[in-house]
This record gives sequence, structure tokens and C-alpha cells, in this order.
Amino acid sequence: MPPLSSQPPQSLSARGLRVDRGGRAIVSNIDFELRAGEALVVLGRNGAGKSTLLRALAGLLPLRGGTIQFSGADDAPLAEQAHYIGHADGLKAALTGFENLEFWAQMLGGVSGGLSPVEALQKVGLPRIGDFPVGYLSAGQKRRVALARLFIAPRPVWILDEPATALDIASQETFGKAMADHRANGGLIIAATHAPLGLIDAQELRLDARRATLAGAA
Amino acid sequence: MGSPRPSSAQPSSPQRSSPLLALFRREIRIARSIGGGGGMGVVFFLILVSLTPFAIGPDMNLLARIGPAILWIAALLATLLGLDRLFQGDADDGSLDLFTMSATPLELVVLVKCAAHWGLTALPLIVAAPVLGLTLGLEPSALAGVSASLLAGTPALTLLGAIGAALTAGLRRGGLLMAVLILPLTVPVLIFGVAAAAAASGGTVPFHTPFLILCALSLISIAGAPFAAAAALRAREA
Repeated sequence: MPPLSSQPPQSLSARGLRVDRGGRAIVSNIDFELRAGEALVVLGRNGAGKSTLLRALAGLLPLRGGTIQFSGADDAPLAEQAHYIGHADGLKAALTGFENLEFWAQMLGGVSGGLSPVEALQKVGLPRIGDFPVGYLSAGQKRRVALARLFIAPRPVWILDEPATALDIASQETFGKAMADHRANGGLIIAATHAPLGLIDAQELRLDARRATLAGAA
Repeated sequence: MGSPRPSSAQPSSPQRSSPLLALFRREIRIARSIGGGGGMGVVFFLILVSLTPFAIGPDMNLLARIGPAILWIAALLATLLGLDRLFQGDADDGSLDLFTMSATPLELVVLVKCAAHWGLTALPLIVAAPVLGLTLGLEPSALAGVSASLLAGTPALTLLGAIGAALTAGLRRGGLLMAVLILPLTVPVLIFGVAAAAAASGGTVPFHTPFLILCALSLISIAGAPFAAAAALRAREA
């Protein structure tokens, strides 16, 4: 596992976050504080703004108000120290799983300390899929290749948007264990989910959708 | 983003260059795979240029006179043809989100993607242009002029097109909109490209005057367009 425990403890706090989309406030007045090893589960109905909040935390949407403070091992912005697993897998259908992961290993710049693409594929239970174009994989297998990205570049914060989509029971358990390992090493997890992820002692953030808008479903 | 990272963590210089190299290799690999559309530009160019003599008729003098213009218009359309997909695929599959988050500036990502696209689309055009010029009855000096002007001018076309591709990355069927947005901006490149190509085979203007302006247009595009395209990509869904 990534040697995060040797680094100073990191913490993430958000105060009064507000995110707009198309001129409408999708989420507002979000406060939370996470210390090393803690997890936050974002709950809410469809359109409550879970994805919008996570995208804003990942730096993909501008904040309309509030502040995010992250203190980590170095002073790089949160986006560069966070993994984001969204609805899209970030995989090219024409390339093999191995090529995809190799590319992200180099692009994310975390070759040192992370697993190699082959090891990461083994970890998600796809040791023999590596030389197969991703376009031919099933939805669950694609998702597992995408999750393998978490292990090739160690980063302290995992921002996960419905990470267990399409995963079978065994893979969900494996992934649950990987999340527990990540937290045990001092990592932070922020996850939006409908299904239970098996995160023990996680804080819960309930988003209340006053208006049933679909704008947050990116 | 531009601030220096602590050097104790990683060796800095190979670490910095390798993400962009990896990106370049990935772009080439995707374009050359089945359905990647790597060869479409040059095929389109070949067809467009070979159709023109059929439309105009076998008047060699006329063809030779308008040959450089035909080659340039065909190159312009062939370059824009594949360009609408420049960011669309990455936007659809979520790669663009990860590029936006990464420590590598999005401007450099845009520039590398443009370089890969140029190498795969424009470079074959430049090689094919003299051969097709022969079928249009161009003289050897004009052939060289067309190739040189395409070499100098196509980077500007690719980078201007990248702005349009970035603006329309979030849209379904944004390709046509992109062409409408970008084609007016390519008028200066077209004017000086054709002028340089025509001046190579004699004329009142020396070759280097329009050619240097063409080079300047490409350099300005290389310097400016990545910032515009990256800004458009960042503002895509805000």
C-alpha cells in the first residue's frame, strides 16, 4: 500500500460551500471537516447535488461561495492530490486496460510509490484482462479498471462518485477492503452513493433536494 | 499550478516531460486504431482535390492558375474535418476531468493534442499536396511553394480549430457549429497561404513576404490558442 503513514496527517475542511449550475444554486451551505483516515458519505436523492458537490471539490466546477481548506503533505492544490472517479470511467475503448492504466500512471505522475499497472489490475481481480481492448469489457470490468487507477498513483484524497456501480458482490468487498486500507494509511475518502459502501464510522452528509432538478446529474 | 513543487519528492525534469510524452503517444495510438479516424483527413483531401478537375474541366492553364487555391481550401477543410473530435472523446469518457485536475497545465495538454493531430492529419496532406499538384498541372516551383506554405500555415489551422473544438466539446453534434465558428477566423491564413503558394511560381510579390506573415500567424496561434482552448474547456459546464 502507498506509504502515506509516513507523511504528516492531512485534513480537509469545507465551510459554507455553494455551487451553482446554469445560474441556480444546486448545493449551498455545505460544511464538513475530515481528518486523516476519515470518510464522508454524501447521501441524497437523484438531483440533490451529490455529483455537483464532488465535482466542485475536485476543482471541476467553480465554487460560488465558501472555502475548501486542505492541508496535506505538500502545498499542491487539492485537485492534484485527489483521485476523482466519476460516472465516466476515463478509459479509451480502443486501448487495452494495460495501456490505459500505463497512460494514467504517467499522466498522474505518481509512478513512484504506486502499484504498477499489472499489479493494479491484479488488485482489482483482472489479472488476465490487461491486453484486451477496454471496449470489449463489461461495465463492471471497465469500472474495475477505472478503480485500478486509484492504486497506480497514491494520492491522499479519494473523491468517489457512485464507485460501486456495476460491481459484483465480490468486487464490492475487495473495493471495500481497499478503501479501509486507504483510510488506515491516513487517506481521506469522500463518496457519493446510494448503495452501502461498507465504510465504517463514516460521517454522513445528507443533501436535501428542495427542487427536483436534474442539473446535478452530470 | 505553475508553482514549483518541492524537489525532494520526485526528480523534477523527467517527471515533468513524461506526462506530455505519454499523452502524445496515446493520441497517436488512438488515432491509428480502428475507428480512430487517423487517415480520414488525407483521404478526404485526395478526393476533394481529384474532384475539382472534373468540375472545372480539362483546362490546364486555368487549373494551374487556381491549383494552389484548390489545394489550400481542400487542406483547410480536411484539417477541420477531424478536429471536432479533438476534445469530444475525452469529454465523453471523463479523461478531460482528469486532465483538468492533473498537475500538468491544461494549456500544455491542448498543445500536445494539437501537435499529435497536426502530425497525423496535416503532415500527410503536406506530403500528398505536391503529388496532387501534378494532377492540377502545377509547375515544380509552385509545387514547392504549396508544400512550404502548407507546412507553415497548417499549424495555425489546427490550433484555431482547437479553440472551436474546445468551445463545442460539451455539445452533441458540435462539429458543424465548430466549422461555422472557426472558418471565418481562418481567412487570414488562407489569404497568405495562397498568396505564398502563388508567389512561389512567379508574380509581383516576393515569396518570403506572404510566407513570413504565414509563419507569424502560426506562431501567434501556437502562443495564444492553447490558452483560449483551455479556458473554454475549463468553463465547459460551469
